[in-house]
Amino acid sequence: MADVRILTGNEAAALGVKLCRPNVVAAYPITPQSQLAEILSRYVEGGEMRAEYVRVEGEHSALTVCISASTVGARTFTATSSNGLLYMHEQLHWAAGSRLPVVMCVVNRGVGAPWSIFNDQQDSLAQRDTGWIQLYCRDNQEIIDTIIQAYWIAESLYIPVMVCYDGFVLSHTMMPVDIPDAEEVRGFLPPYKAHTLLTPEAPRTINSVLFPWRRLNPEGVLCDGYMEMRYKLQAAMTRAHGVIRKANDDFAGVFGRDHGGLVWKYRCEDAELVFSGMGSIANEATVAADLLREEGIPAGVAGVRTYRPFPREEAAEALRGAKALVVLQKGLSYGYEGCLTSDLKAALYGTPLLIPVVDVVAGLGGRDVKAREIAGAGRDAWKDLQAGKLENRSLWLNCYTGEDHAG
Amino acid sequence: MDEKSVKRDLNVSALCVPAKGEAGRTGDWRDFRPVIDHKKCIPSSKNKAACFLCWLYCPEGVVKMSIPVEIDMDYCKGCGICAEECPPNAIRMVREGENDG
Repeated sequence: MADVRILTGNEAAALGVKLCRPNVVAAYPITPQSQLAEILSRYVEGGEMRAEYVRVEGEHSALTVCISASTVGARTFTATSSNGLLYMHEQLHWAAGSRLPVVMCVVNRGVGAPWSIFNDQQDSLAQRDTGWIQLYCRDNQEIIDTIIQAYWIAESLYIPVMVCYDGFVLSHTMMPVDIPDAEEVRGFLPPYKAHTLLTPEAPRTINSVLFPWRRLNPEGVLCDGYMEMRYKLQAAMTRAHGVIRKANDDFAGVFGRDHGGLVWKYRCEDAELVFSGMGSIANEATVAADLLREEGIPAGVAGVRTYRPFPREEAAEALRGAKALVVLQKGLSYGYEGCLTSDLKAALYGTPLLIPVVDVVAGLGGRDVKAREIAGAGRDAWKDLQAGKLENRSLWLNCYTGEDHAG
Repeated sequence: MDEKSVKRDLNVSALCVPAKGEAGRTGDWRDFRPVIDHKKCIPSSKNKAACFLCWLYCPEGVVKMSIPVEIDMDYCKGCGICAEECPPNAIRMVREGENDG
């Protein structure tokens, strides 16, 4: 019988982690992640989860503990937000470069300065190039399901995975969540097998200096240089497309819920005006698409669930019939445009789709975005299209951008 | 899924087995080489297992605790710590390409 409970995103995440049976959890509390770290520590303290909870003095150490534990064969978990994630930055590269399948929840929050505790996605977007897989969740059901898939993906590829979900909008908002059965999760997710185990019986040094060239070791074996090691990470990321899709499909087969793999589509089949986005704002865009459909505008949503590796083919396929694209995003590359806008434009390069793209920066630092406001941005793009205006443009939704703010 | 090829790769993380010469012939890095005056060196001159501070302080482990004391020049990087620590100043650092003098 289904076990449906009304849960916050953080509660759903904690249950998801527990179902995955990690051996080591290390986390440092930060709003809006704190509740997740607290629940996990309670599980460990109360004996509900047979894991070591390592209390650390900061996020850099939290991830370092996970890296070390993963190296000796433990399944590990950590979670953070915002400046805590930025403080981990060095170790993010280290986890990916060591090919350790750490799973981490990033409860998305705007970064300082100025301080904000509220939601946007600049924190995880700024970690785009660290070699982690990034998955973005739309609702609390997707959080619990994605965590289970994340371990499967990470341990199949030996690449760490970030499960990103919006702070407060999801982390502190209650929704009905269907809890997967523990035995079924056990069947879906086998125990972690490390690619290499560091043990006292077989001492080795890990990640010592590699020189620019390949080299013969003292036994005469030709070993990878730095560049080969980095190539293997990129090759595994390329292979990740299929692995993420398989995790999604196998999970759907067992648990009956399909979250779309890399790109999910809403009323996309005949859509000419397509919204894209990641996380809860893309979910909001489905309501906007419905509003526009009522006005006769053929709108749909192509939501990006997997941001890295970037689903170039799936995105281009989802946009096949589009005549205009409106990209909603809670983070940007300062001096250029929204990160997702750049990636989607690049995905369209080399296809026949030379459509106008509207780059919409929205919801920074928790600025509210309503479905009718997203619909408004879509309606404007549609009117431009009807008037034959086909140029790309950028706008900051719900933001005062008057002359006196022009820099 | 191409899982098998990942499993076959024994070097998914960059691993080294601790072994002599794992990082190549690091003696090539040297600008100055240690030259021992065995008449001043305590274990060499007294023919007794004594002192060996050069062996203790060498960060590369290339000094042999022997009589006479020997340094493995294939891997000595020429840091000069042995010369700095030697109580009777029996070790001099000589620029490579110049005679021991």
